[in-house]
Amino acid sequence: MLIGISLISFFIMQLAPGDFTSTEASFNPKASEESRQKLRELYNLDKPIHIQYGLWLKRIVKLDFGNSFKSHQRPVLWEEEDKNGNVTKGLIQESLPITLLINLLGIFIIFSISIVLGTLAAINQNTIVDRSITLFVFIGFAIPGFWLALLLMYWTGVANQWLPISGLHSPGYLSLDTFSQTLDMLKHLILPVFISCLSGLAGISLYVRNGMLEVLHQDFITTARSKGLVEKKVVFIHALKNAVLPLITIIGLSIPGLIGGSVIAESIFAIPGMGKLFYDSVLSRDFPVIMGILTIGAVLTLIGNLLADLGYAWADPRVRKGIIR
Amino acid sequence: MKNIFRNPLALSGSIIITIIFFLALFAPIIAPYDPNFIDIESILVSPSSSHLMGTDGLGRDVFSRMLFGARISLLVGFVAVGIATGIGIVLGSIAGFYRGWVDSVIMRLVDIMLSIPSFFLILAVIAFLTPSIWNIMIVIGLTSWMGVTRLVRAEFFSLRQREFVLAAQTMGASDINIILKHLLPNSLTPIIVSSVLGIASAVLVESGLSFLGLGVQAPTASWGNILTDGKEYIQFAWWLSLFPGLAILLTVLGYNLLGEGLRDLMDPKNNN
Repeated sequence: MLIGISLISFFIMQLAPGDFTSTEASFNPKASEESRQKLRELYNLDKPIHIQYGLWLKRIVKLDFGNSFKSHQRPVLWEEEDKNGNVTKGLIQESLPITLLINLLGIFIIFSISIVLGTLAAINQNTIVDRSITLFVFIGFAIPGFWLALLLMYWTGVANQWLPISGLHSPGYLSLDTFSQTLDMLKHLILPVFISCLSGLAGISLYVRNGMLEVLHQDFITTARSKGLVEKKVVFIHALKNAVLPLITIIGLSIPGLIGGSVIAESIFAIPGMGKLFYDSVLSRDFPVIMGILTIGAVLTLIGNLLADLGYAWADPRVRKGIIR
Repeated sequence: MKNIFRNPLALSGSIIITIIFFLALFAPIIAPYDPNFIDIESILVSPSSSHLMGTDGLGRDVFSRMLFGARISLLVGFVAVGIATGIGIVLGSIAGFYRGWVDSVIMRLVDIMLSIPSFFLILAVIAFLTPSIWNIMIVIGLTSWMGVTRLVRAEFFSLRQREFVLAAQTMGASDINIILKHLLPNSLTPIIVSSVLGIASAVLVESGLSFLGLGVQAPTASWGNILTDGKEYIQFAWWLSLFPGLAILLTVLGYNLLGEGLRDLMDPKNNN
């Protein structure tokens, strides 16, 4: 699985017309063919493709993604110490926690709000509540995130100055105490988190609604009702559990989408996360960083799926006790 | 097909899509100005009767550019989804019909593709292939065939053992014949629904790419890049940011409504 991912991310890099040295050289007209050749040898770009792949794979197994071509040759993944004891932080090491934070907050919000919305819509099926939630869902699906981001940024940040419009911290952040630091960061995170979870929110609300409707028509619900349980108990205790269970899997599946979506949110709000790092690296053709992020992104997805499977097994007593697989 | 009038989702979706389709088709006739004509006499004019949606920073008529942008959006949607559906049908048929190791290999490939964040993949490839509308369509198509593949395979799995398929096989029909004449026509409904929904997301991806500057390149107008140009002027020219976003929203909404409506319509449970 991982090998397949690494193969794909590696061969995409080979699609590039020209190589890294040509962009480097075009900035510097004095760079001769000879020095370009030296650069190529330095990065093994002169070897045949399969050997390059082998070399790359060999280093990746040791979690060594190499150094960035740009950014003063900073290590791609993790910090390194040089001879003088100076520690240089890895690019991904620095940006990944930010992206993870945004996405985990997003997943948490998606989970809590969509369950409420979906259940509300289902128990009020075909009423005005259901209709308006469905309308919200369809608009949430269709609205281009970057456009909404732009409008919100203008409205809350420029026209009214309620929220900061870019970055992760205000100037003077380091001189604040811990509480104000957290508050400051949260203020910066409101818009990006909202943008990145909007479409997920819409999709999963719809999913909860349909799942809930299906569960409400099953026999055990009729049983619960006919033995005289209050409707509230039927819905929130008997039905909700069963309707929400599949969500664990759905959240697992939506991780690649969330990570991919962080490119747009982070570029617009100038947040130094992995999405923005990826966008910048793509623009400057920084191969090691691009390949590193593609691989890390895929690994994250696999971890997410694994967690989802484990979570499902933990939450479903039938799986836990080995009755069904 | 006449049921479409009884389903409000499908009806409103198809009305929206039809209108946008006609606006795009007759763009050269409807457009009051040349979309790329630069008029330095009228820069950033607000919407009025002579410029319905105002003009942009170069004095180009936004309404005309929007009309031509609609062509790009529709084209990208159709071609990208066409490619994805094509690949999906072929791979899904092979996997679903022959099963065994062929199936395992194809499904592994699907799993691998699904675990790489697709927007990353698209961005990486686009940046290397020099952005152009054709590259965008191909790349979106090549990164979104997994859903259809799974769908076709699942349909084939459930159809494979049905009597009419077994009968055809017993009578000596060739594999290709069974796939094309018996299995595919019976799996058409979910394929159509997922294609319509796929167009919606392709339109969103294209506009996102254009917005990031990696999509359709200037001076060709696309809704995404009109928005990118407009964001510089958002403080004093709201029309540049408002209209392209609304157009994308409406188009995607239209396809989604149509797709969901068709799903309801073609669901045998709802037909009684």
